[in-house]
Amino acid sequence: MSEQAIDRRKLQVSDEVAIQITNMNKWYGQFHVLRDVNMTVQRGERIVICGPSGSGKSTLIRCINRLEEHQAGQIIVDGTELTSDLKNIDKVRSEVGMVFQHFNLFPHLTILENCTLAPIWVRKVPKKEAEETAMHYLRKVKIPEQAHKYPGMLSGGQQQRVAIARSLCMKPRIMLFDEPTSALDPEMIKEVLDTMIELAEEGMTMLCVTHEMGFAQAVANRVVFMDQGQIVEQNEPGEFFRNPQSERTKLFLSQILGH
Amino acid sequence: MPKQLTYVRGEMLAPKEPPLREAGVVKWLRENLFSGPLNTILTLLGLLATAWLLLHLVPWLMHSVWNAGSLGECRQIIAATWGEGATGACWAVVRERWPQYIFGFYPQDFALIARLSFADQYAAAGGYEGVFGAAVNGAVREAFIADLRANAGLFDLYVLGYWRPILAFVLMFVAIAPVLFTALPRKMIWFSLLYPALAFWLLWGGTVWLPVVALLGFAVMGAVFTLLKDQLGVPVSAGLGLVAAVLWWLFAQAPVTAGLQSALPFGLASVDSDQFGGFLLSIVIGVTAISASLPMGILLALGRRSDMLLVRTLSVGFIEFIRGVPLITLLFTASLLLQYFLPPGNNFDIILRVIILVTFFAAAYIAEVIRGGLAALPRGQYEAADALGLDYWQAQRLVVMPQALKISIPGIVSSFIGLFKDTTLVAFVGLMDPLKGITAVVRADIDWKGIYWEPYIFAGTLFFIICFGMSRYSMWLERKLKTDHR
Ligand SMILES: Nc1ncnc2c1ncn2[C@@H]1O[C@H](COP(=O)(O)OP(=O)(O)O)[C@@H](O)[C@H]1O
Ligand SMILES: [Mg+2]
Repeated sequence: MSEQAIDRRKLQVSDEVAIQITNMNKWYGQFHVLRDVNMTVQRGERIVICGPSGSGKSTLIRCINRLEEHQAGQIIVDGTELTSDLKNIDKVRSEVGMVFQHFNLFPHLTILENCTLAPIWVRKVPKKEAEETAMHYLRKVKIPEQAHKYPGMLSGGQQQRVAIARSLCMKPRIMLFDEPTSALDPEMIKEVLDTMIELAEEGMTMLCVTHEMGFAQAVANRVVFMDQGQIVEQNEPGEFFRNPQSERTKLFLSQILGH
Repeated sequence: MPKQLTYVRGEMLAPKEPPLREAGVVKWLRENLFSGPLNTILTLLGLLATAWLLLHLVPWLMHSVWNAGSLGECRQIIAATWGEGATGACWAVVRERWPQYIFGFYPQDFALIARLSFADQYAAAGGYEGVFGAAVNGAVREAFIADLRANAGLFDLYVLGYWRPILAFVLMFVAIAPVLFTALPRKMIWFSLLYPALAFWLLWGGTVWLPVVALLGFAVMGAVFTLLKDQLGVPVSAGLGLVAAVLWWLFAQAPVTAGLQSALPFGLASVDSDQFGGFLLSIVIGVTAISASLPMGILLALGRRSDMLLVRTLSVGFIEFIRGVPLITLLFTASLLLQYFLPPGNNFDIILRVIILVTFFAAAYIAEVIRGGLAALPRGQYEAADALGLDYWQAQRLVVMPQALKISIPGIVSSFIGLFKDTTLVAFVGLMDPLKGITAVVRADIDWKGIYWEPYIFAGTLFFIICFGMSRYSMWLERKLKTDHR
């Protein structure tokens, strides 16, 4: 694994900026959930975001496709600034894919329909072409044979892979993952992580909130540690795990790694 | 003795059949009917009540009379057959009056019967002009029709005679089918969309251009909507489309219809709304209100959850007002209110008026049922739709509503069943509903004065069949749409 890990971490990162977050602040009512967040993501980067529960990790990545609205600062995704302008929001959303902790597949549609819905209605792709693309990605996540079943008939790991395929069908340039494996039974975590690793190898820009430190070691080129709505520390994964600088990081790592 | 701590299974167990449950009638009875003192008492009381009911009902039903001209004759026959003092059901009234229960006073098309089944006599009598023409003496026409009635077969009288409502009824199933059963070809939806205009023309008659020009109003709405959708967004362009359509109906409808009718006259004999009655009336009101109240209920439910203050306030106000007022009050004030909003001098058809009010009434209830369904959807569904880039209306139509409606099916169908039964309330505004209106007419007849149960049982049975059908359909639909496998 470690040999491979080195290879993967050397994956190409371009100079082009994919996401630029400047002095971003967000409040839930009176509660200051994100405080002065600054972050630049280059195209091709694989970033793992970790931190204690309630530290604002989900909120941060949900701001990137405007599932949550920020109140101060700037978020620029692929050159488009997120403001209340609906056109910009639609543009960003169609370029950013998102995978949720609880999959959020549409239970009334088959797997194939889940994957073709957005391409057909948002991208206006003809149905036949959308189905071919969907089958391509379902093969990629290794469940083409489930295409005509409903989400409720699949295991958690399979559902999460469908969710990934569904996002990929929109041909996104950036993928956001919010704890994609934390609702899964242990034996299913690997199949989802394998899919994500494959995606990383193809050069997808990825932001993953996850506590899978093995995954971070293997593919991330940067680990970001958040606490109390702030970025406390970020580093290249080897250094991050070997040499955490801040006391908070050390405490957090000892909690999730040391038993 | 040392405790055995290690254990290793040598071979895995193969699955076995589950044990057969102890069977037997006695066991079932004991568990379900006589499990304790209270249960035993209730069982016995239930048996007694059933026995008492059957004791009275069975003889009454056994002593049924189907062939009689009046209630008096019925009683004579019962007395003669089963002895003095016997009670019996006089179904003869149903046999004689069923067309009225079904069609009210809807006129039979005697001209058609005459032309198809009595062609020679008809020609001899002078054809349409000679019998039904405006200049013909009423007595001549009456005599011809009486002769026809006496000699025509059942098919002629009741199928040919009522071909317009029957055709409308049969086509209704063709129109509803693609909505009820998704397996059918989607193109059939076009017929469903045209059906209301077609049914209106078949039932009320008049010039064919009236419904055609009215449909053009929808075309105007569609054109305005598609032209403006990209610039102004869905809600605004839909609103403007509606305004354009209303303007069309108010100002263009009458002159265009008149112009087309004088250029290409084509139509059916007009039937007045007063002549509608019985189940024809109930079904016309019920089906129209059901199909109109569902979309309206959906919009109200969405409006109630909208972020826009004005939309939300209007929706909440409408729902709460309608739900707070009895339907009969609404029916009574219908003429007043609608007359107030419409241009003066507009004599608004009574059935249409009732349909509008019943639709509003059902829509308010359905909106609340659907709101429950919307609330039951996890937030993740909205988020997934947003994250995929679907816009508000796409997300509602493709993701939210299919699931919310599925959850709401039992409630929606309950509302529909309630609505259908509520159509009998139109008796209070003078329409001939099958329960009170027609029965009152039948009992006003000297022959059937004093008859009580039989007409109600007949009308009640028909209502039951229709409502039970809806209920079964909804259960079938729920099973079919069950994809979550939880
Ligand atoms: N919709 C909301 N309204 C109010 N508070 C919220 C909302 N969502 C999250 N929070 C709060 O914001 C904080 C950060 O939440 P979240 O971003 O989900 O944290 P994480 O994903 O790191 O566990 C938590 O304290 C949470 O309780
Ligand atoms: Mg979270």
